[in-house]
Amino acid sequence: MRLLTHNMLSSNIKGVTSGFPLRLEVEKVVEKQVDFNADFLNNMFVKIEWKALVDASRAMGYADLPDQTEPSMLDSDEFLKKFHHALLELHLEEGALICPETGRRFPVNKGIPNMLLHEDEV
Amino acid sequence: MSSRPELQAPPEIFYDDVEARKYTSSSRIIEIQAQLSGRALELLALPDDGVPRLLLDIGCGSGLSGETLSESGHQWIGLDISHSMLDVALEREVEGDLLLGDMGQGLGIRPGVIDGAISISAVQWLCNADKSSHEPRLRLKAFFGSLYRCLARGARAVFQVYPENLAQRELILGFAMRAGFAGGVVIDFPHSTKRRKEYLVLTCGPPSVNTAVPKGKGEDGESCSDDESSEDEENRMVCISDRRRPRKLQKITKKGKGREWILKKKEQMRRKGNVVPPDTKYTARKRKSRF
Repeated sequence: MRLLTHNMLSSNIKGVTSGFPLRLEVEKVVEKQVDFNADFLNNMFVKIEWKALVDASRAMGYADLPDQTEPSMLDSDEFLKKFHHALLELHLEEGALICPETGRRFPVNKGIPNMLLHEDEV
Repeated sequence: MSSRPELQAPPEIFYDDVEARKYTSSSRIIEIQAQLSGRALELLALPDDGVPRLLLDIGCGSGLSGETLSESGHQWIGLDISHSMLDVALEREVEGDLLLGDMGQGLGIRPGVIDGAISISAVQWLCNADKSSHEPRLRLKAFFGSLYRCLARGARAVFQVYPENLAQRELILGFAMRAGFAGGVVIDFPHSTKRRKEYLVLTCGPPSVNTAVPKGKGEDGESCSDDESSEDEENRMVCISDRRRPRKLQKITKKGKGREWILKKKEQMRRKGNVVPPDTKYTARKRKSRF
C-alpha cells in the first residue's frame, strides 16, 4: 500500500467521527520505482492532507518532506521528487493501520490492508 | 443450477483460489473484461488533458480492469472482498493499490478526493443477502452514500452491471438517485442478447448540461423497443406529451392487431410450409357486434 492510498483512507467504523488519519504500524517497507509525472502530483497536491502524509512518511522512515508547504513549492523540481517518492514509491508491505479514535487494528498483509469490518462495527 | 455466480455463493466464497485462477487464466474473460473496462473508462469522460487521475475500481478482482486504467496512465485504488482474487492480482503485479474490503459496508475514503470510479460486474452482488446481518437496502445505501462523499464534485462513476431483472436495476438506480447522483443507464447493443451490456453512468453533483447521459452503442435510431423507453424513463427524461395524454386516448393505441399483421403472419406460416387458409375479403374482418 502506497502512502497515496493511506492518505485517502479513513476508518469506517460505525460511530467514528474522525477516522482520519489512520496511524501506521510499520513492520516492513518496500520501495518500488514509479514513473515520475509532475502533472499528477500538481493535481493531487490540493487533495493531500499534508500533515498526515508527513507523519506517515516519517513512520515509514523517510524524513525528507518539509513540515509546511505552499503552492509555490510545486515549481521546485527537488520538492516534487521528494513528494513523488513519499507518495508513490514507499509501500507498506507488512504492518497495520490503526483507527485513531477506537484503536481498532486493520492488519496489512502483503501490501493489502484488510478493511473488512465485523458485523457489530457496521 | 443457475449460471449467475451471485446466486451460488457469497463473493468471498465463490471466488476462492480455484475460481480466481480460473477467472484470470481464461483469455475470453480477460478480453471481455478489458473491453468492458475500456468502455467504462470512455463513459467516465475524464478531461482529455493527459493528466493522470486518481480512480477507484470497485470490485477490482484480479486487477483485469485496473490494467486498462494503468494503460491509460491513471493511478487507481482497487477494492475487493475476495482474498483469493487479490492474491492473483498481486501475482500479476498490478500497478494500483489493493484493499480488502466490502463495498456494502461503505468505502472508508476521505471526502472529495477521487476523480472517478468504475466497477465491472460487481454492483449486482450488493442485491443479495449472504449473511443474516445483510440487508441489501442498507448495503446499497451505505455504498452509494459513501461513494457520493468520496467523489470530487462533477466526477463520474460508471458501473457495468448485470441486473437479474428490471426490479433489481430499479433498486440499484433508486438508491444511487437517493444518494444524490444524477445520471442513468446506458445500454450498449440493446437488441442483442449476447452483446447487450448495461452501464450505470452516475454523476456527482446537481444535474447540469454535463450530466446528460451518453448514448449507448449499436442503438437503432428509430426503433422504439421496450428497452429504450424504460431507459428514457430512468434518464429522468419523461416525455411531456406522453404524460399529458388522457387515459382514454392511451388505450386506443392498444387495440388488436390489424389486417396487415394477420396477412404478414399468414405469409410467414405459408413460407414455413404450414397449411394456411387463403386470403379473402373475410380475412381479419371484424365480426358484427351481435354475433
